[in-house]
Amino acid sequence: MDLSLLQRTYSDLLSSLFTEGILNQQFTELQQLQDENNPGFVYEVVSLFFDDAGRLINELGSNLNQQVVDYKKIDAHVHQLKGSSASIGAQRIRNVCQGFRDYCEANDPQGCFSCMQQLNQEFLTFKSKLETLFKVEQQIVASGGSVPMIQ
Amino acid sequence: MERQWVPSRTEAFPMGLRVLVVDDDPTWLKILEKMLRKCSYEVTTCGLARVALETLRERKNKFDIVVSDVNMPDMDGFKLLEHIGLEMDLPVIMMSIDGETSRVMKGVQHGACDYLLKPVRMKELRNIWQHVYRKKMHEVKEIEGQEFTCADLHLIREAGFEERGLLTREDKKRKEEYNDQDGSDQSAAKKARVVWSVDLHQTFVSAVNQIGFDKVGPKKILDLMNVPGLTRENVASHLQKYRLYLSRLQKQNEDSNLGNNRWADFNPKEPPAKPDLETSPQVEQNTTSKPSPGFGFIAPESETQPIKPTSHFEEDNKVKRKTSSMPPLGMLLSFTGTIPSAEIKPSEPLTPSKHPNWTGGLPLVQSMQCPKHDHKRCDLLCDYSCLPKPDLYTSAPPVISINVQNETGDLLDVKPALMDCIKAISPLTCTVDGSTSGFDRLPSIKGSFFEQSNCHAEPGRITGSDLVPLPEDLNLDSSLQEIGCFENVDLMNSIDYFQTEVESSSNWCDGSELFDYPLIDECLFA
Repeated sequence: MDLSLLQRTYSDLLSSLFTEGILNQQFTELQQLQDENNPGFVYEVVSLFFDDAGRLINELGSNLNQQVVDYKKIDAHVHQLKGSSASIGAQRIRNVCQGFRDYCEANDPQGCFSCMQQLNQEFLTFKSKLETLFKVEQQIVASGGSVPMIQ
Repeated sequence: MERQWVPSRTEAFPMGLRVLVVDDDPTWLKILEKMLRKCSYEVTTCGLARVALETLRERKNKFDIVVSDVNMPDMDGFKLLEHIGLEMDLPVIMMSIDGETSRVMKGVQHGACDYLLKPVRMKELRNIWQHVYRKKMHEVKEIEGQEFTCADLHLIREAGFEERGLLTREDKKRKEEYNDQDGSDQSAAKKARVVWSVDLHQTFVSAVNQIGFDKVGPKKILDLMNVPGLTRENVASHLQKYRLYLSRLQKQNEDSNLGNNRWADFNPKEPPAKPDLETSPQVEQNTTSKPSPGFGFIAPESETQPIKPTSHFEEDNKVKRKTSSMPPLGMLLSFTGTIPSAEIKPSEPLTPSKHPNWTGGLPLVQSMQCPKHDHKRCDLLCDYSCLPKPDLYTSAPPVISINVQNETGDLLDVKPALMDCIKAISPLTCTVDGSTSGFDRLPSIKGSFFEQSNCHAEPGRITGSDLVPLPEDLNLDSSLQEIGCFENVDLMNSIDYFQTEVESSSNWCDGSELFDYPLIDECLFA
């Protein structure tokens, strides 16, 4: 594929992520941290997040499906997820977590379940979009081009 | 790793700052590590609080600052914070995604230097070195401020008095004032040690009298004294002590109503301590430091070995370090209120405030109180000018503590209020990391407190026996020497001196210029 096209695709993709609120400023911070010493930094961090968040979400799901729901435990997990998502700028996920915590506090099963669903949704979206972004980035790098930065 | 602390080159300074990051979130750990590396800091990461604590314990003095998350599965971040404050006394910065005021407050209460909200920005991390620097400056000042003069000990006794409600509000206020002054002293960390010799003090006193005690101020005194090399700060701190001392005298004067009777009314409730000052001080172990009323002191009861009858003193002219029957330091100090230009200064008030994180769980070791010291301890105190005996530290943490109020002479019975004061002094005698050359390792002083065994084990770690080679900006030497002075049975002599208006204190403490503050000022005991 044409390098400039690749780069265009990348830029558009990244922009839309920001516009849609999937990513926020924190992601840009991460990108700025990346340098020649550590060219795969953002990718590594996001990958870590995928693993960690994936695990947490599974935990949450199984906890919610218990006979007796342990809201404290769920709240702890959600809190963790909230922190993780904030680390990479996964804004929407973070926001869902915020609401999720409120429902936990209220011991509201309905609210919790609905949040759980949202969480699953957001996480999947996030994961797929970022994976695409990384793919394009890799292609750009492979073509010898530079990865465009936002702003 | 050796790193030189060179505060003057502030641009270069934060580089290589050794940070320990503790966070159970792997994403955050990675990000923080990257950020801190970008700040040119040296980063160690840890995913578990427990492991972090172990690391800190093992590699003491290998870290300058800890950055920790609040919510961790194995240990509450606040708890970790407490531990670090207690054991290593490193600055700790808390982080959390939760910015609720109550949480932040909790962090501060537990001693956090700062509380950062996640996502943490680079610029916030870049500034963390200020906490390290600030802490070191603070500690250096503390140490410098802790001139162990007889006045200091005096004040420490005061702590005991305070406990009994004997301190006036004025005293307390002055204590605070003094602390504030010390704390806010912006002078360079490295101050020249000022030895307040008898002559210098005389000059000071005359200057004060000339100006008029009411109108006195450090600058005026300094100018009038016209002593080269003396700084305003030196004078200011000296003045504070002087004021405290005078107010104390005044108070005691009022209370005891004894005026000039130094020896006359002295009223031993205990059998007089052996006049034989050369004998082991063990005898005095049981004497408290409560001054005998005969000295114009407020002595609630004198279980103390009272000041020997004059006859005794005259007999025993031997200057002995291991004083066994010396009246409490304070006694000498507060001889009477009749000397307006009394030269013995009360020591700086010691406050626990300087050590917010330190709840000091260790028993205080050394009783520096003059009269009733265990022989060994007397040695320590008096030998500070040379080398304190290492074995002094084997029994307890290397802290100079003043166990003034302890009637049984048992160090471990120090009363709480006194504990605080002692804690405040204690960093002085903690073992200092052998690698210290400047105030590089000052923070480790406290840290080493709890690791006594380690201290001994580690080669090159300075223990009590190495106190002499301490960095010069520590006034320890002079302070300790001064204390040593008091230890002297010279007090016996000094009683004579008092009466004869001794000019110089050079005979005390074996002729070394240990004693900065003239124990006996003619005026005091006139």
